[in-house]
Amino acid sequence: MDLTTFLIQLLNALQYGLLLFLVASGLTLIFGIMGIINLAHGSFYMMGAYMAFALTSATGNLFVAILLGIALSALIGFLLEWGLFSRLYKRDHLDQVLLTYGLILVFEEIRSMIVGDDVHGVRIPEMLSASIQLSETLSYPVYRLFMSAVCIVLAVLMYWLIRHTRLGMMIRAGSSNREMVQSLGINIDLIYRLVFALGVTLAAFAGMLAAPVSSVYPGMGNQVLIICFVVVVIGGVGSVWGALVAALLIGLADTFGKVIIPDYAGLTVYLLMAAVLLWRPEGIFRRI
Amino acid sequence: MSETLLEAEGLHSFYGSSHILHGIDFVVRRGETIGLMGRNGMGKTTLIRSMLGHVRPRHGRVAVRGKTMTGSAPYLIARKGIAYVPEGRGIFPNLSVRENLLMAAKPGIDGRRDWTYERVLETFPRLGERLTNGGGQLSGGEQQMLTIGRALMTNPDVLILDEATEGLAPLIAKEIWYIVRQIRATGIATIVIDKNHAAVTSISDRNVILVKGKVAFEGSSAELRAQPELLHKHLGAG
Ligand SMILES: Nc1ncnc2c1ncn2[C@@H]1O[C@H](COP(=O)(O)OP(=O)(O)OP(=O)(O)O)[C@@H](O)[C@H]1O
Ligand SMILES: [Mg+2]
Repeated sequence: MDLTTFLIQLLNALQYGLLLFLVASGLTLIFGIMGIINLAHGSFYMMGAYMAFALTSATGNLFVAILLGIALSALIGFLLEWGLFSRLYKRDHLDQVLLTYGLILVFEEIRSMIVGDDVHGVRIPEMLSASIQLSETLSYPVYRLFMSAVCIVLAVLMYWLIRHTRLGMMIRAGSSNREMVQSLGINIDLIYRLVFALGVTLAAFAGMLAAPVSSVYPGMGNQVLIICFVVVVIGGVGSVWGALVAALLIGLADTFGKVIIPDYAGLTVYLLMAAVLLWRPEGIFRRI
Repeated sequence: MSETLLEAEGLHSFYGSSHILHGIDFVVRRGETIGLMGRNGMGKTTLIRSMLGHVRPRHGRVAVRGKTMTGSAPYLIARKGIAYVPEGRGIFPNLSVRENLLMAAKPGIDGRRDWTYERVLETFPRLGERLTNGGGQLSGGEQQMLTIGRALMTNPDVLILDEATEGLAPLIAKEIWYIVRQIRATGIATIVIDKNHAAVTSISDRNVILVKGKVAFEGSSAELRAQPELLHKHLGAG
């Protein structure tokens, strides 16, 4: 592998890892802080991608579509927590798995009713459609760099929110003693509703961002869901920081796995998970 | 008579089918210190939790500042200036000492900001030395100080201390009592639940003894001291 190819693969790994992080960060928060196993989390990614497709078709502009999609997915997240997930906190994991598995089916059905079952593509916006020439034959698309940059900004914002704001302190406090947080006059139910909506929005946003580079197809959320659970397990349940590190590791393992051992590429991610869990059974980072 | 801040009327509370509180009347007025006593399992904590919205009473009424708030969400009751230092350790172990305090900061109900981060650290100098430590790394006494300090950060008018000295070494317990006196002197009404009856009655204006979910005695510390047989009968103390 020459240096340029290596660089390209590295950028691909970074971009894939960062995108995974967007989806997995919400999953790890919802799992780690609220104690809910949400199998439907991948569906939000799918929803986002379809929103990007449908809203770009309607408005003719991906950025407008993304803004609308963000508002829409935040609303969906808020209502879902209020109507369904808030009833799950005190239930056991089996009930959670049943409900959220059911939701996957419901969401796919709704998607089928609204936009059908065809595979779609979304055009990369004009201003980001260029490529950067790296060597005579190799180039790297600007849109992918844009994706990575947006993800990095969001990761920094998330870190700042959780670590350095009072809201973040309240969120973390709630994961250790919800009742005590309430006794301090804090409406923790509302905060959790917002965190849930944030998780949904991040996953959907990842889907919107990815839509122009991957096609938009039925069931696209399920694949992402499985990898995201691997991210959560490797990173440590509830740790946003851990999710970032794990997602990047998976990005590297997956991307370079495909280059170095193409025949067994599907395995590298799970080998990585096994190795990390042997080393640290609770994941790389413990709870937030 | 000064303003009634917290009030329970004919409170009946249950855990499942076990009837814990049997019609309790309880009042906290501005600035007063109340000793709430009774043997293990008599319902002291349940009474507090019923007033704070953590347990929904089946009958009776809870009023905060004259407004009925029976079974209201705990955060709404807390926002009316009622702070709670619960039995056991109420700190957030995954937050630093500094974060434990800052996350709770809010003005009092009349906009007062008497208790600031700085003032809490002045009151509890030990905490100042451990600001970046995780709450879980503190000793039992320090954890208790942190919980009290955090409650003060909400600028309350009523502070409820449920077994604040339980399990602490005598010297540390003494320090806590000293702080409770200081807090009392600032005009915050306090409900003190503690096994150390002598210490409680030495600071309380009024005392309530619960026996099996009923009020068995209510009166001043002097009245209580004048009837040592009561202490013996209801509290098993000498
Ligand atoms: N969560 C609960 N579920 C069921 N029963 C409970 C629960 N909490 C307390 N009880 C029971 O309710 C009764 C009153 O308990 P409570 O904690 O109010 O007593 P207490 O006076 O605070 O006692 P202590 O001095 O031991 O703290 C006891 O019999 C106790 O066993
Ligand atoms: Mg008790």
